[in-house]
Amino acid sequence: MNTANIQLDDAGHLKHLLTVEGLSRELLTAILDQAEGFTGVTQQAVKKVPLCRGKVIANLFFETSTRTRTTFELAAKRLSADVLNLNIAASSTSKGETLLDTLHNLEAMHVDMFVVRHAASGAAHFIAEQAAPHVSVINAGDGRHAHPTQGLLDMFTIRRHKGGFEHLRVAIVGDILHSRVARSQIAALNTLGAAEIRVIGPRTLIPDAAESLGVRVCHDLREGVRDADVVIMLRLQRERMSGALLPSAHEYYQLYGLTEERLSTARPDAIVMHPGPINRGVEMDSQVADGPRSVILEQVSNGIAVRMAVIAMCIGTQNLRGPGGEGTYDA
Amino acid sequence: MSNHAPLNPLPVGQTLWLDADAIDTAIAAMAAELRTLIAERAIAAPLMVGIHTGGVWVAERLHAALGIVDPLGHLDISFYRDDFSRIGLHPQVRPSHLPAAVDGRHVILVDDVLQTGRTIRAALNVLFDYGRPKSVILAALAERGGRQLPIEPNVVGLHARLAPGEQLKLTGPVPLELVRGLAPAAHPPAEPA
Repeated sequence: MNTANIQLDDAGHLKHLLTVEGLSRELLTAILDQAEGFTGVTQQAVKKVPLCRGKVIANLFFETSTRTRTTFELAAKRLSADVLNLNIAASSTSKGETLLDTLHNLEAMHVDMFVVRHAASGAAHFIAEQAAPHVSVINAGDGRHAHPTQGLLDMFTIRRHKGGFEHLRVAIVGDILHSRVARSQIAALNTLGAAEIRVIGPRTLIPDAAESLGVRVCHDLREGVRDADVVIMLRLQRERMSGALLPSAHEYYQLYGLTEERLSTARPDAIVMHPGPINRGVEMDSQVADGPRSVILEQVSNGIAVRMAVIAMCIGTQNLRGPGGEGTYDA
Repeated sequence: MSNHAPLNPLPVGQTLWLDADAIDTAIAAMAAELRTLIAERAIAAPLMVGIHTGGVWVAERLHAALGIVDPLGHLDISFYRDDFSRIGLHPQVRPSHLPAAVDGRHVILVDDVLQTGRTIRAALNVLFDYGRPKSVILAALAERGGRQLPIEPNVVGLHARLAPGEQLKLTGPVPLELVRGLAPAAHPPAEPA
């Protein structure tokens, strides 16, 4: 049915999650609905369900991460999978082993899923193409390209607060140029039917022809957040900046730092989000970060449920692709 | 047992087996039986838990009839099914919710149709991941043959004798009706028995 999309199997089930782009509104909604089911697991005394017992999930982080890696690990463990955390930078690749050799060695250890973070855009896609047919790949961030589980957990957080997307005005503020998170959020918001998406930042941090992504570009923060239902602040990605894109962090804060006063033009029930880690006093004031409209810590908790949903959906359909094909819900 | 024609036409191959009045009668009889059982076992404050979706509908009626103090709990067993590796994640999963800690409590577990016993095996596992109940009583609206596990109900509303391949399904929540027939070819049966 969807042979053109590497992320889906022949029956249209989720096989890999590499990017939000190209996934239907129905599929995105199905992921959010499944995540809703997994939120209940935290209420249990034993915060674990047996769905992925016996499955092996390898976290391949070629780029450092704390929040994403730990929430992926926790999600996999709550599904009862066995988790391998590979600190690639400090292991075989530094001894000269190629990425493909590392991959094939892990496959020989019967790994069922790779969770990949890499500084190069397209890395997860490359691994998905090269991996054995029964293996699923989840992109945990590739260069400037995509960070689909972050985009989805943000959608999940927005849906829980706002009920839906149809009438929403969403402002995304900051370093759009280097942000894979922004790209995934914009793609998801457009697919889910948000009314308006605005990107706000200095000219040097907004990509050329940003309008082609389906957003309105704005260079003034006050104007950008006016009547917004959701304000998403992005981290300044200094590690990806080359050259003088910004005069200084202080000057950035003077123009684009979110304060209570600047937030006053947003809707009274607006929520403030940030994918973390926050640079306090650069992207936002502590008063906002810790204030009543901030849902930043909820985003972290929701990340576990959303990642459980994505892992379970990809692994759940692995056997359907093998011999025997699709079964039925047997009595 | 009634032969009344349903108000809404059923899918081809499905026939009404029991109408809303007959179900009311069966649930009233279950409530009476449960009252006796609770008295015999000297249980003061049982906790009632329904299994999504049909079991919750039946449990809502029993919960009201017995005047149970704690709110009704719901269990979704999708994450504990034994056929996940064969057929993947159930498309509609709701979070389970228990209104109180189950540790040391007498739990009345309610389902709509009991067939293989696999749903109940999964439900017991969910329950025990919430805590250690003092005892579990199983109440099923309808019971049919085909058990694959050593699980038997304490209280049953109705016993059904069905042809091989025939399904029994509770539709609701209003009116509650039991429908029998061969599973529609296009869709897998939605709920296990």
